[in-house]
Amino acid sequence: MREIADRALDTAVRGGAAYADVRVVRRAEESVTVRTGRVESIASEESEGVGVRVFAYGAWGFAATHGYDADAVDAAAAEAVRQAKAAAPALRHRVTLAERPRAQGTYATPVKEDPFALPLEAKVADLLAADAALAGPGVVATVSTYGAQREWKTFAATDGSLTEQVFTHVGAGVEAHAVHGNEHQRRSYPEARGGRWGQAGYEFVRELDLAGNAARCAEEAVALLSAPPCPDGPATVVIDPSQLYLQIHESCGHATELDRVFGAEASYAGTSFLTADLLGSGFRYGSDLVTLVADATVPGGPGSFGWDDEGVAAQRTTLVENGVLTGFLTSRDTAPRIGGPSGGTVRAESWNRLPLVRMTNVNLVPVPGMSLPDIVADTDDGLYLDTNRSWSIDDRRWNFQFGTEIAYEIKGGRLGRILKNPVYSGVTPEFWRSCDAVADESSYVMYGNPNCAKGLPPQCVQVGHGCSGARFRGVRMGR
Amino acid sequence: MIEKHAERLLALARRHGATDAEVSVETRRAALTRFANSEIHQSVAEDTVRVNLRYVHGRRHGMAATGRLDDAALESLVERAAASARGTAETDDWPGLPEPGPIPEVTGASAAATRAATPELRAGVVREVIAAADAAGVGAFGSFATGAVTTAVLSSRGVRAAQTRSDAWLVTVHMSPDGGTGYAETCAVDVADVDGAALGREAAAKARAGDHAVALAPGEYPVVLEEYAVVDLLAKLGRCGFNARAAQEGQSCAEPGVRIASDLVTVWDDGTDPAGLPTAFDYEGVGKQRVTLIDRGRCAGLVHDTRTAAGAGIHSTGHALPAPNPVGPLPTNMFMAPGGFSREELLGRLDRGLLVTRFYYTNPVDPKRGIVTGVTRDGLFLVEGGEIVGPVRDLRFSQSYLDVLRGVSAVGNSRRTLRGWYGGVSVLGDITVPAVLSDSFRFSG
Repeated sequence: MREIADRALDTAVRGGAAYADVRVVRRAEESVTVRTGRVESIASEESEGVGVRVFAYGAWGFAATHGYDADAVDAAAAEAVRQAKAAAPALRHRVTLAERPRAQGTYATPVKEDPFALPLEAKVADLLAADAALAGPGVVATVSTYGAQREWKTFAATDGSLTEQVFTHVGAGVEAHAVHGNEHQRRSYPEARGGRWGQAGYEFVRELDLAGNAARCAEEAVALLSAPPCPDGPATVVIDPSQLYLQIHESCGHATELDRVFGAEASYAGTSFLTADLLGSGFRYGSDLVTLVADATVPGGPGSFGWDDEGVAAQRTTLVENGVLTGFLTSRDTAPRIGGPSGGTVRAESWNRLPLVRMTNVNLVPVPGMSLPDIVADTDDGLYLDTNRSWSIDDRRWNFQFGTEIAYEIKGGRLGRILKNPVYSGVTPEFWRSCDAVADESSYVMYGNPNCAKGLPPQCVQVGHGCSGARFRGVRMGR
Repeated sequence: MIEKHAERLLALARRHGATDAEVSVETRRAALTRFANSEIHQSVAEDTVRVNLRYVHGRRHGMAATGRLDDAALESLVERAAASARGTAETDDWPGLPEPGPIPEVTGASAAATRAATPELRAGVVREVIAAADAAGVGAFGSFATGAVTTAVLSSRGVRAAQTRSDAWLVTVHMSPDGGTGYAETCAVDVADVDGAALGREAAAKARAGDHAVALAPGEYPVVLEEYAVVDLLAKLGRCGFNARAAQEGQSCAEPGVRIASDLVTVWDDGTDPAGLPTAFDYEGVGKQRVTLIDRGRCAGLVHDTRTAAGAGIHSTGHALPAPNPVGPLPTNMFMAPGGFSREELLGRLDRGLLVTRFYYTNPVDPKRGIVTGVTRDGLFLVEGGEIVGPVRDLRFSQSYLDVLRGVSAVGNSRRTLRGWYGGVSVLGDITVPAVLSDSFRFSG
């Protein structure tokens, strides 16, 4: 790997690059999908290649090639320089790179039970058992999924940086579907669309206990068909981590990406309601209880690593402290524009994608004092919202709407009947300022989003969101 | 060239013990120039290959993929696909791999100029877009992608299909310092058909027209939806409605024979039409069929892959996506019939309503009812007495897209071909649509 990396860097420098970095990557993935008791697909995928990023003629260029063929690697390095040279005449501002120490070392996901070493039959059997537990009267379809990804990545740069990292991610989930006439309801655990992901071995899947949670999903999916609709109007809501994580992702994580703030994603992923000059101004993002951190050092966090894809070491950066904006997610070429070093949050999906500013693990810090059940007990009249069903947010990360699979009525501090089709909407800072309770560590859980898409060509990376649940006042329910 | 690799892999699979096997090999050379704040900030190129093997043993089947073409990789691929097959249970309803069938003649799927497009060419077109933005005093943000993809699908049943397709896709959002934003997009087989200056002017004019937008009370309004908005209606209904798997699982919002739109709405999928980005076959090597999805307001058909077709007792319509496919078959080359109204005539029929440029970040809230939430973006205008009065701030909606189609009372006489969306799956598709007037659209604020 090192020889390939060195070759790419040498070719780039000979071509005129002032700086270059290269990622030599091999990826392996496997997935199993069971639909309604039948193994629908078992898939296994491998890919490997080299991505070369250069800074030449004052501009960035990137090129990637599959495989490790020496001539192809040379061609990719030369192509990256050509890309930069072609872009240079259309530059209007000078790019400055934040300094960083030379990156050296290794990192590997702590894995207790290697998912790729486990016999396929065992994983299929686990999933079939979970799916069987979803079956029940009124359930018309079930979906159970398992996936694992491993990536071996060598990063090298012209400043002598060299790191070797091995990442292992696993995820799993179950969902039950019920239909009556024109109505469709779904309950999932831990969530739909591929389940919950973590950076771990197969022990993560075992700890989810899919089969043990399946029957409840099935019963609730069917019960939702005849449940009363969730009422419209302002309400006090207690949001379970299974929904709150996506609220953090969409309205905090993306909003604090500094490349979006500067317009780099305006035509696709969008911009941000935040501006760089709000940093240090005391801008109130949320209530005093809201502290958000971007933490790539969390063991097992889906977005954890040793070094980012610019060779910047993993860090814990406070984005919002006691409600006040204190930081952004940054790269080496955006951080200087707000006068700081890179926060180490630049990542690429794989060898064939340009590294971009991405979330790592953006977490809502728990607040000692009240557990999540305590918050429910402290709520006289409200709604408990559980498990994301739908999401939408505008290009500035300002105006959002989320739907959850289920709501539980809260009356007199107790959870009551279930309500269907809950939807809430709001404006990001108003919503977070209405937070009047954040649960303590006892319900803290790290959710992973394996499909966080950004950039063109689109690319997805694994990001994490730890949270414990929280309460918000005066939330607008309904469409 | 790639057929040779596919044949070799097929032989390896048969030698390994597969009773049947299907190979798809896809190579792609793609490049993209992105711009923001009226300068190029990203310029990238990639050279990729993906080899898919479906390994069948009796009534068991598994799949595996690799990004390499060397012998060791292909042998490993066979082992992994065979292991996947062994891991599945025998399935009574496994229809088997599709038999070879007719593959339509397709012309104009690839252009030499696009295949040879350079970063200098893309930068030149982007500079034209930026120049139009500069002239209007607005900023340009967008991307210009060019690429060529060669696909071969071969199977032990005798399927032999190969094609090369190219595409050029330019998107720009222009942003005014006074708050207005405008959008323009085009896609074409031939990069020579992309007019950066024209698209730049279109987006700039829209951005300037959108300056100093005012708030408008949420509520129900008749709307003229520009082509950029109509494309989202069809894309979402393609996923939630015309997808046979969704229908077979009782989760579709469209049922053949049932009225789902006004008489003025006719929609079909046709991979062979050179007006779009033509394609002759799907990822199972099945020839593309023209499928009428909505015939004068009635749902007329769904698209199928081999598996859903077997469930329906018919032949696949040639709409399989790459395996593993979590979505089901999708229409990837949709067309909506044009009507007889110019843009001015559509606006002229609005006493008081809204002109919508496009929708953004839309997601199904209730797929069974076709209810989608999202926001407007890049140009929302109040229209009174048939004239644009001025820009209004973007609005959120949760709206049944079927109801929007039911309310269509006039259809534009020109169409645009746009890239669309395919359930989150990365496929090269297109949707060709006119603008429409719909009598009611509910905005929630």
